[in-house]
Amino acid sequence: MLIGVEETIQWLKNYNDKLSEQKDYLSQLDRAIGDGDHGINMARGFQQVADSLDDDFDDVSTVLKKTATTVMSKVGGASGPLYGTAFLKMSMACKGKEVDAGVFAEMVEAALGGIKQRGKSEEGEKTMVDVWSPVLDMLREGEFDAERLKKTAEDAMQNTEDMTATKGRASYFKERSQGNLDPGAVSSYYLFAELADVIGKGA
Amino acid sequence: MKKLINDPEQIIDEMLDGIVAGSPDDVRRLEDTTVLVRKDAPVEGKVALISGGGSGHEPAHAGYIGKGMLDGAVSGEVFTSPTPDQVFEAIKATDSGQGVLLVIKNYSGDVMNFDMAAELAESEDIKTAQVIVRDDIAVDDPESRRGVAGTIFVHKIAGAKAEAGASLEDVQQTAQKVIDNTRTMGVALSPCIMPTSGEPGFELADDEIELGIGIHGEAGIEKRKHMTADEIATELLERLLPEMDLADSDEIAVMVNGMGATPEMELNVFNRKVQSLLAEKGVKVYDTTVGNFMTSLEMAGCSLTLLKLDDELKELLDAPSSAPAFKK
Ligand SMILES: Nc1ncnc2c1ncn2[C@@H]1O[C@H](COP(=O)(O)OP(=O)(O)OP(=O)(O)O)[C@@H](O)[C@H]1O
Ligand SMILES: [Mg+2]
Repeated sequence: MLIGVEETIQWLKNYNDKLSEQKDYLSQLDRAIGDGDHGINMARGFQQVADSLDDDFDDVSTVLKKTATTVMSKVGGASGPLYGTAFLKMSMACKGKEVDAGVFAEMVEAALGGIKQRGKSEEGEKTMVDVWSPVLDMLREGEFDAERLKKTAEDAMQNTEDMTATKGRASYFKERSQGNLDPGAVSSYYLFAELADVIGKGA
Repeated sequence: MKKLINDPEQIIDEMLDGIVAGSPDDVRRLEDTTVLVRKDAPVEGKVALISGGGSGHEPAHAGYIGKGMLDGAVSGEVFTSPTPDQVFEAIKATDSGQGVLLVIKNYSGDVMNFDMAAELAESEDIKTAQVIVRDDIAVDDPESRRGVAGTIFVHKIAGAKAEAGASLEDVQQTAQKVIDNTRTMGVALSPCIMPTSGEPGFELADDEIELGIGIHGEAGIEKRKHMTADEIATELLERLLPEMDLADSDEIAVMVNGMGATPEMELNVFNRKVQSLLAEKGVKVYDTTVGNFMTSLEMAGCSLTLLKLDDELKELLDAPSSAPAFKK
């Protein structure tokens, strides 16, 4: 088993801490190529997620489902529906299952599919997709490794710097969006980094 | 920056209560939501119109609630799209069984959140249709164009169509006709200040203006040294007219929209030049509106919207409206 209920809750609570710590940084990234609200949106929504996780949960799927509905109704903007969809798809992909490395890869695959469908987006458009997609590729390669997960997400996040945005608010800046990290890619990197830390410590 | 607020976190909530307190006979707020609807919603036998988006664009959209315009408006946080559950509440509260038209401005957040609300509605057998407003020609690709002040013409004209008893499909079609014939471009003279951070939403030097800026300070076409009202009017019209595809006999409606901090005095100085240029070029103006309709907090600047009319659109534009921000 990779993660159980406890680790999942810990992961999401740590993610919330990270977001509230990096709220201004994320908004500053969004101010450069968007409208400056990404940090505020994410921090507001995940504070509510963290507050909703003190109940008893039967399995990882229910924790993620609860997270999805909270994110959808509390984050707003573009990232609300996208992260909300990602968590909902992850929840569905692990329904009735223990989350091992194989199942986790299936969860990320479902989430990525959901994000792309909801956002009508593809790889290379300077969005969070550009973190989720390389992470999925890495997970499919076999043996799970927390450090590699973190490193893959980090590199992918860094790679958005040189991309030109064609989706979301950043697309209005066209070539001028180059040289800036995509805020959604950074918040997605944090998500995988926090998971890697929870798993790394547990092992 | 001095602002007339209390707690920035409560700004939307307090604004909505303030709007209701100002028009208690016309609008009501759905409990525990950021949704305002017509007091008499759902209006029996009528297709409902809903719009919404981030706050900070007042009077958009709550000011357009009224007989002959919107049935409901959903407010998100400042410049942040509202969530699907809130939009869904608005749909449920306004649907009389005839269906609901969602008027969405073309931003990825708005499109996704309204889409999800439409899916929620579908799961409860409520009929919805949507139109996506994309009038801002500052963006090259027509598909990616943002929805800005032209949205008000959609509210007015599609709202009148619904009031006249048209079906959901017909209201949608008329709304789409307005969208297809509306073009806008704006200019910013100074940025707005975000209430939560107290920081400017974007940078603009004291002696600079930005042409083609969006209503959330999204990048425009270019920054220029400050220009006169006449020069700006000329620049905007020169970019808009080729997009309009006007025949000699066509008539247009003109909207000069203030971005929040520009006095009406200046809007009228700008309008003077717009009208004289249009007359010079032989473009017939059927109707002109000058004021603050789609703002961007206290951004200074304005936008110019042109709408090509036909007989149907003229009649619907002239139809009565009780909406406080667009009385006819
Ligand atoms: N169509 C899309 N597909 C995938 N990701 C997207 C898309 N649009 C935006 N994003 C991601 O969302 C992030 C921005 O999220 P944010 O919460 O700031 O929303 P927003 O675009 O500002 O919406 P709003 O203006 O309604 O608040 C981007 O950095 C990008 O990663
Ligand atoms: Mg943003």
